[in-house]
Amino acid sequence: MTTTMSRASAAPAKQRPGDRWFSGTALAAGTMILVTLAAVAIFLIVQSVPGLTATSATASVLKTDFWDYVWPLAFGTIWASILALVMAVPLSVAVALFISHYAPRRLAQGLGYVVDLLAAVPSVVFGLWGILVLAPAVQPVYAWLNVNAGWFPLFSGTVSGTGRTIFTAAIVLAVMVVPIITAICREIFLQTPVLHEEAALALGATRWEMVKMAVFPFGRSGIVSASMLGLGRALGETMAVAMVLSVANIVTFRLFTAENPGTIPANIALTFPEAYGTNINVLIATGLILFVVTFAVNAVARWIVSRRKEFSGAN
Amino acid sequence: MSAVSAPPQGPTIVAPARHNRSLTSGHLPRWAPWALLGGTAGLSALLFGVLALASGSDFAIAGWAVVTGVVYLVLITVVSSLVEGRRRGVDRLVTGVVTVAFLIAMIPLVSVAWTVVANGVAGISADFYSQSMRNVVGEGGGALHAIVGTLLITLAAAVISIPIGLFTAIYLIEYGEGKRLARGITFLVDVMTGIPSIVAGLFAYAVFALFFGPGIRLGIMGSVALAVLMIPVVVRSSEEMLRLVPNELREASYALGVPKWLTIVKVVLPTSIAGITTGIMLSISRVIGETAPLLLTAGVTASMNYNLFEGRMMSLPVFAYAQFMNQGIPAQAYVDRAWAAALTLILIVMVLNLVARLIARFFAPKFGR
Repeated sequence: MTTTMSRASAAPAKQRPGDRWFSGTALAAGTMILVTLAAVAIFLIVQSVPGLTATSATASVLKTDFWDYVWPLAFGTIWASILALVMAVPLSVAVALFISHYAPRRLAQGLGYVVDLLAAVPSVVFGLWGILVLAPAVQPVYAWLNVNAGWFPLFSGTVSGTGRTIFTAAIVLAVMVVPIITAICREIFLQTPVLHEEAALALGATRWEMVKMAVFPFGRSGIVSASMLGLGRALGETMAVAMVLSVANIVTFRLFTAENPGTIPANIALTFPEAYGTNINVLIATGLILFVVTFAVNAVARWIVSRRKEFSGAN
Repeated sequence: MSAVSAPPQGPTIVAPARHNRSLTSGHLPRWAPWALLGGTAGLSALLFGVLALASGSDFAIAGWAVVTGVVYLVLITVVSSLVEGRRRGVDRLVTGVVTVAFLIAMIPLVSVAWTVVANGVAGISADFYSQSMRNVVGEGGGALHAIVGTLLITLAAAVISIPIGLFTAIYLIEYGEGKRLARGITFLVDVMTGIPSIVAGLFAYAVFALFFGPGIRLGIMGSVALAVLMIPVVVRSSEEMLRLVPNELREASYALGVPKWLTIVKVVLPTSIAGITTGIMLSISRVIGETAPLLLTAGVTASMNYNLFEGRMMSLPVFAYAQFMNQGIPAQAYVDRAWAAALTLILIVMVLNLVARLIARFFAPKFGR
């Protein structure tokens, strides 16, 4: 509408200086976003080049070379994120469903705010909570599972005495991504065409069958992209993992031992304040890898969302 | 022909069974699920109470909740399947599961709120809000330097990102409609929302290290890192709000001969200012709790520092982190300070959130009917 207006009036109206100045500022600000993102990439690449080629001779954090250093960290990052998503996605979908279709109408919006509050809690608070409350609380469960189900490879090994294992970190991560996934799923479930739902109910479907037939098919791509946004957040979460996890920098799938793989962001946070020389470049290089991975995950997720224009308000 | 004659046959077959049915037969009464839930809770409470008495330990609330939930879900499914049929049984099971999921999601929120308040109160004192940690070992000291640092750094981040974010949103809505550049910006803003906070910190460090040499720590570096995280949030929320402004308002303004830029400044922005303010406050509440980027850029210090452009600067989240990770003697003093800082931080975030919601509620533009 505005474009047709301006086009119609473009020929006779004179371009006022105020107009030119204002639109120029707006354009500059928009371009600034592109410049910032490009600058993030360029500066990270520039600073990480010395780190990528560093060896144990030039950087003291490396045992052999850069890739040997980053491999356990990359593994730990992905493993913790996957564990977190396995817990968070079903829970978030159920919570979103509860808020959008099951909770009493009058309460629904308030309950949505309550879940959003979870996203407002700073990560350092989750870190404190994870290490001082959650870890001691789940440790007996770990010990019990280790004794009684130790034949299962994931539960094997020597159980951690503190509970500061990768599974605890994954629980904290799950708590942190649940509000994100829930918020998007909720928006999408609410956008299900009401006629579809009513048609299903009119055919005699129960509420669950209505959800299965009308809501889930409509929201499937939304659920996928919400999960990927949650994955992006879980991959990049720093402080909670840095505080909760007790790290040995090894590659293992075991969930309950005291020797866990670290994660890239937590490792940066723990090592960076005391780093010097080429070590800094090595850490920035690991950050670059994290940036590339999260950028790709987020881009794919956003691409899935943007294919469906109805979801434009979903964020 | 046969199709026409078929319907009368249906009722005649069912008819014998019909006369002893009421409308509610084949349905569980409304109170049934609640009664079942109450019964299950009571019985399992009894069970756990006896166990607790027998072993002399405390009443296991977690175990009681888990047993109650599981037993209730099984019972309601079985009872409903027997009375109402399998499909309704599954429906009731899913209703229960979904409700339980919501309750599970509430556990961490309640637990975090409870522990932060319970532990934080111990460290709160007048000293905590009026002293820095300079020359303090062990007990005493406070977080004034961290609070001042947080406020200054966040303020600078807001000063950087609000104009950029707001003008970008104006460009996207008012000038860039349908243009390729605008589509690209929208996409990249969305992707930028997902940048890990630590990467933003590394970026700020990489920029400043290039100009000022390695090892540099400044308050303003933290502001730049936070601005990278804050801009996309401001853009997204402002964009949504500008889009809500009805086109009739713009057209009325143009019809009066008002230039486009004045229309935006005098008509569009005032109409959406409440929503924009809400979005900005929510974005501030998001970045004010960021720890990782500030740990890398603003650093750690025990002294007051009012100058963003010189020297290290403490912030509240980093203070909580540093107090917990570098405990001295007595350790309890450090943990208390960490919890007190966490409580202060959560209070700030919650107040920002609450005020933002209230602004959105009370100052929202009134659109006729």
